Amino acid sequence: MIEGFVALYIFMLAAFVGYEVIGRVPVILHTPLMSGSNFVHGIVLVGAMVALGHAETPLEQVIGFIGVVLATGNAVGGYFVTERMLEMFKSSKGGAK
Amino acid sequence: MSGWQNMLIQSVYFLAAALFILGLKKMSSPVTARGGIVWAGVGMVLATLVTFLYPHLGNFGLIILAIMIGALPAWWFAKKVAMTDMPQMIAIYNGMGGGAAATIAAVELIRVTGGHSLTPIVQTLAVLGAIIGSVSFSGSLIAFAKLQGLMRKSLLFSGQQVVNLVMFVLTLVLGIIVILQGSGASIEMVILFFVLALVFGVLMTLPIGGADMPVVISLYNALTGLAVAFEGFVLGNAAMIIAGTVVGAAGTLLTQLMAKAMNRPLSNVLFSGFGAKGGQEATGEGVEGSLKPIDATDAAIMMAYAQQVIIVPGYGMAVAQAQHKIWELTKALTERDVRVKFAIHPVAGRMPGHMNVLLAEAGVPYDLIFDLEEINAEFEQADVALVIGANDVVNPVARTDPNSPIYGMPILNVDKAKNVVVIKRGRGTGFSGVENYLFYADNTRMLYGDGQKMAAELLQGMKVL
Repeated sequence: MIEGFVALYIFMLAAFVGYEVIGRVPVILHTPLMSGSNFVHGIVLVGAMVALGHAETPLEQVIGFIGVVLATGNAVGGYFVTERMLEMFKSSKGGAK
Repeated sequence: MSGWQNMLIQSVYFLAAALFILGLKKMSSPVTARGGIVWAGVGMVLATLVTFLYPHLGNFGLIILAIMIGALPAWWFAKKVAMTDMPQMIAIYNGMGGGAAATIAAVELIRVTGGHSLTPIVQTLAVLGAIIGSVSFSGSLIAFAKLQGLMRKSLLFSGQQVVNLVMFVLTLVLGIIVILQGSGASIEMVILFFVLALVFGVLMTLPIGGADMPVVISLYNALTGLAVAFEGFVLGNAAMIIAGTVVGAAGTLLTQLMAKAMNRPLSNVLFSGFGAKGGQEATGEGVEGSLKPIDATDAAIMMAYAQQVIIVPGYGMAVAQAQHKIWELTKALTERDVRVKFAIHPVAGRMPGHMNVLLAEAGVPYDLIFDLEEINAEFEQADVALVIGANDVVNPVARTDPNSPIYGMPILNVDKAKNVVVIKRGRGTGFSGVENYLFYADNTRMLYGDGQKMAAELLQGMKVL
């Protein structure tokens, strides 16, 4: 479990990482990158699974269930959409993808 | 909780977080981008699998059923959807992520009303994540509906901003009440809070016009990331905190880049309803010159004997699915030793880089495609600039007329080319509703018709030469 200030430090450092990692991205990749980062926050699936796994009352189960369905859609859809887009990028010199 | 389980879970989450960051890093270069998404994908699968080992996890059947229900349609639609419809697909998958974050918050907050206690800080983060996630969810659904053409008009009414502000404040106040009451909060209160947050997301997105949707989707992408990070705090899940925050920061930067490319502050995109007046017939009032039509044969000759041609695609190309014909045309021109380049405005299409994706789909190599800064100086040497389905991004009033609503927006200097051919379906204005002076310029010829059909006719004209 991550708590308190440790979590805050993680938050701060991760924010800088996110900013730096795509700092100099060419416009050509904006759409795939938006799609790719959209896929990455599909990690919410892990949290949704825990929420459903720990749900006790029927109401919690229903909401948790919806959460897992939505999160899976985010992760799976995000992945295939991004992959399809990136598959298409080719150089005229051939080879490199 | 047994030690090795926890150790394994934490190690895999750690690995997943590293894979996400490396994957995103690789995705920011065209050469390695393909590998990047695969790395991130591996991280996701590992993190999901290891979560089944979570201590005291129940409802296994429900979890697996939910994953299947979520995965199959998402996979199917992601495989089937046309490249032109990508923006709305990203919008909907993003909205689902926001919705999932909101449900996590909902489960936690409902447990609190049942007597389960959270620290005030954790509860605050849960509430914040709930608001952001809900807004991202319902807002993305509206964005999807608009881009999919299910919702044609932007809903504007007087006092809209006041209503939105009131809704926002109400949502916040209710959230604060939920936090303050802690386990004393009633379940009805929590439900009302979520309803308000969802309605606010709808109201906030309704007045925003289609042209501004890229920025909005990008913003919601960043917001979902943030919501995921907040719920990660609530669950004490480092993978969610890191992945969510990285996306939140990266998405914010992307959103800023996009808003900057449109030369409008983000607040202006969100609150002005500017891009809403699209599609009206242009009147041509106050414009000097006239619209001079040309037919495809003449345009083909003009291009075939040029030395350099710059093609400027816009959303019209996407609508007409003309990218394949355009690439054939490019190859035909290249065979005649005409240098062909593509010039892409940062906000051409419905997403940044939308045109790049479409051209890549058709097979255009990315080293023929140039950004605004790279190519703008070259228009003066170009014999022909072929504009296909682009409008506002080539409108010279952005440079010349301080009174124009798009004044100051960086544009492609298409008007500097020796000849300009504009393929356009009708006489309407662009999404901004601003008259395009380029079309009336002396060196401009209008080629009226559907983009794909006209590109085919140009190709035909080229072949008979």
